[in-house]
Amino acid sequence: MTKFPISLWVGLLMTILFVMAAAVSFFWTPYDVRELDIASRFIAPSFSHLFGTDHFGRDIFSMIMVGARNAIGVSLLAVGIGIMIGVPLGLWAAATRTYGGGFIDEILMRTNDLIFAFPSLLMAILITAVFGPSAINAIIAIGIFNIPVFARISRGAALSLSSKEYIMAARVSGKGMVRISYEHILPNILNLLIVQATIQFSIAIIAEASLSYVGLGSQPPDPSLGRMLNEAQTMIFFAPWLVYFPGGAIISMVVGLNLMGDGLRDLLDPKTNKAKEEDVVA
Amino acid sequence: MIRLIIIILSVIFYPNLLSAQNKITIGLQMEPPNLDPTAGAASDIDEVVYGNIFEGLVRIDQYGKIQSGLALSWDISKDGRSYVFHLAEGVKFHDGTDFDAYDVKFSFNRARAKNSTNAKKYIFKPIVMIDVFDSFTIMITLDHARSDFLFNIGLGDAVIVGEESAANNVYNPVGTGPFKFKRWIRGERIELIANDQYWGGAVWLERVTFKFITDPLSAYTAMMAGDIDAFPNYPAPENLFLFEIDPTFDVIVGLTAGETILSTNNKSAPFDNILVRRAMAYAINRQEIIDGAMFGNAVPIGSHFAPDHPYYVDLTALYTQNLTKARALLKEAGYEQGFTASLKLPPPIYARRTGELIAYQLAKIGIDLKIENMEWAQWIDQVLRHKNYDLTIVSHVEPMDIVIYANPNYYFGYDNKDFQKIIDDIDHSNDKAQTEKLYQEAQRKIADDAVNGYLFQLGKYGVWKKNLMGMWRNYPIRANVLRDVYFAEAQ
Repeated sequence: MTKFPISLWVGLLMTILFVMAAAVSFFWTPYDVRELDIASRFIAPSFSHLFGTDHFGRDIFSMIMVGARNAIGVSLLAVGIGIMIGVPLGLWAAATRTYGGGFIDEILMRTNDLIFAFPSLLMAILITAVFGPSAINAIIAIGIFNIPVFARISRGAALSLSSKEYIMAARVSGKGMVRISYEHILPNILNLLIVQATIQFSIAIIAEASLSYVGLGSQPPDPSLGRMLNEAQTMIFFAPWLVYFPGGAIISMVVGLNLMGDGLRDLLDPKTNKAKEEDVVA
Repeated sequence: MIRLIIIILSVIFYPNLLSAQNKITIGLQMEPPNLDPTAGAASDIDEVVYGNIFEGLVRIDQYGKIQSGLALSWDISKDGRSYVFHLAEGVKFHDGTDFDAYDVKFSFNRARAKNSTNAKKYIFKPIVMIDVFDSFTIMITLDHARSDFLFNIGLGDAVIVGEESAANNVYNPVGTGPFKFKRWIRGERIELIANDQYWGGAVWLERVTFKFITDPLSAYTAMMAGDIDAFPNYPAPENLFLFEIDPTFDVIVGLTAGETILSTNNKSAPFDNILVRRAMAYAINRQEIIDGAMFGNAVPIGSHFAPDHPYYVDLTALYTQNLTKARALLKEAGYEQGFTASLKLPPPIYARRTGELIAYQLAKIGIDLKIENMEWAQWIDQVLRHKNYDLTIVSHVEPMDIVIYANPNYYFGYDNKDFQKIIDDIDHSNDKAQTEKLYQEAQRKIADDAVNGYLFQLGKYGVWKKNLMGMWRNYPIRANVLRDVYFAEAQ
C-alpha cells in the first residue's frame, strides 16, 4: 500500500472539521440561530461572538455551523441521487454494449450528452424557479446534474473491464449481466466512484451556495451560507466580517474536499499508481 | 500674471468652474415597462415621466398639495359637480402641435373609453359630461360632488396627451413638459433633453439621464464613484450613514405614501377570524421591525393612512405588543396550539427583512410562518391576482388608497358593509370637515378590525450631491419632477 498523500491528510482534516461542526449543530450551537436580537446587531468578532453578529443580531459562528450542515446535507443527498441513478444507468449501458446491440447504450449516452449540454447551474435555477425555491428542490436540481457524471464514469470503466479475463470467465460460467455488473464490475470501479463522488460533493457545495445566493436554496429562517453572503452585500463596508466568514467557510469546504479527492485519487486509482511505478522504473 | 495663467488654465481644464453643471444623472432601482403613464399601473413610469415629459391639468407638489398645471385656474360650482378649467395658452406638445381644450377632452375620453388600458379608470368614472367652451376653457361635470376629483386628475394616470402622438407614447412619449424624450437604451438608461419651447419658462438642466441600477451594492459604488448625481430613493437604508459621513452627499429621509403592511387574506381560515387577526396585531412589535428592517428610518402606522396627511389619526397605540393578550385571543379563537401559515415575500429588501422579523415575532405566540421568497411576477400572479396566499408584506404606494378596503374583490378579501358605507359617504361628501371625519372613521374601522398588520410608512431615502438643489424630499406620489432642480454654483 502506498503511503497516505499529504493532500489527503489536509483535505480530510478540513472536511472532518466541517462535518463535525455540522453534526454538533444538531444539538448545540453557541447561540440560537432563530433568535433575533436587534439590540446586539453588528457586533464585531469578539470573545462572546467569535465571528461577530449580523444585521438581526444573530451569531455568525452558529449560523455557519447550521449553514454548513444544510450545505452538507443538500450536497450529500444530491450526490446520492447522482450515484443511485447514474451508476446503474452507466453499468446498464456498458452491459448492453458488451452483450451486443448497444442500442440502449446509444440512447442513454446521447440523453446524457443532452443533459451535459445545458449549463448545470442555469438549469438548476430553472428547476427551482419553476417548482418554487426550497432545499428539496435544490437537492433535486443539483442531483439531476450529477446523474450523467456518474453514468459516464461507470460506463467507461465498466467497458474497459469487460474484456478482462475474469469477466470472460464469469460470462462463460453463465452469470447474467446484472450479476456480473453487481458482483464483478461494481467492486472494481468503486475506487473511481469514490474519487468522483468527492469532487462532485465539492461542486454540489458550490452549487448549493450559488442557488441560495440567488434566493433559490433553503428559505429563511434556515441559515444558508450563500444567502448570508447575499444579505451581507450592502453591509460589506461597515461589517466586513459578514462576508469573510461565510465566504471563508464555503472556500475551505470546497478546497478541503478537492484536496481530499486528489489525495484519494493518488491512493486509490490504479492508473495513477501504475503510472508512478513506471516513472520510478524509467 | 501668474494668477491670470492659473485662471486661464483652470478654465481650459475645468470649464465647469465658470458655468454650473447642467447635466444630471439620476439613479433609479426599477426600469419602467413602458413610458405611457396613462396605459400602465407601474409607478416606475411616473418616476421618469411625471412632471418631466407629461403634465396634467393640475399637478401635485412634493408636499402632496394641488398646484395649477396646464389649467392655470378653475372654478367649482356650488353643488361641487361642475369644474370649469381655464387652460394655459401658447402651450405646444414636443412634436410641435398645439395644446388646447380638445386635447383635454381627447385625453379624458381616451382614458375612460371601454377599451382603455388606464390603470385608474375610477378617476374618470364620475365624469358625465365634458364641454369645450372655447379653445382654452373646458367644463367637466361629475355625477355628484367628489372630494377627491381634483387630486386624482393630478395623478400620472390623468396627464394630457396629444391626439396625434397618443398611440406612440408607450415608446416615444410626447407631452407638454419641460423635458423631451431623447432615447431609451433598454436595461440601462433613459435620456431626456430640455424643451426649449417650454411654456412654463426655462429650466436649469440641459440633459437628464435616468440610470437603472437594481442591485443596492452597485448603486452604492456608482454613487461613490460619482457616476450618479442623485438617487431619489436609495434602496438600502443600512448604507445611509455612510453617505451622511461623506461631505459630498446630502441624505434626506422623507416620507412616501407607502403604507407597509402585513397583508392578510381575510377570506381564508384562520385569518377570517377577527380574534386571530387581533392576536397577530398584539404579537407585532413595530419598533423592533423599524429598527431591524429599516435601521430606524421609518414612521410607525396604526392604520392604512399616511402620517403626514392632515386627516391622519395616530392609531399605533391601539395594539401594542402584548403576548399574554395575544395568546389569550388565540385561545379564545380555538388556536391555543397555534397554527402554520405561509408568508409570501416580494423582492424588495424592506419586505424580505420585515418578513423575517414578523415570522420571528409571530412564532412567539405559536404561529409558525413558512417564508416563501418570490419574484414580482410570481407575487403579482399568485398573491394579487389569484389571492392564493395567507400573509404577505408589501408597501401600498398609491396616495389616499384606503378606498381599496371597500373593494371586496381586492386581495385582502375584506368585505365589510359598514366600511363600504363610509367610503361611499366620502365619495358623496362635499364638505371638508365632514370628509375629514369620515376618513378618520375609516382609519379607525380597519384598525379595529385588524384587517391587516399595520407596520410602518415607507421612507424615501434621498441621497444626492450637496450642491444639487430642488429635489423632492417626499413621495406623495412616485415622481421625480426636475423642473426646479439645479446645481448650485461651484465655489
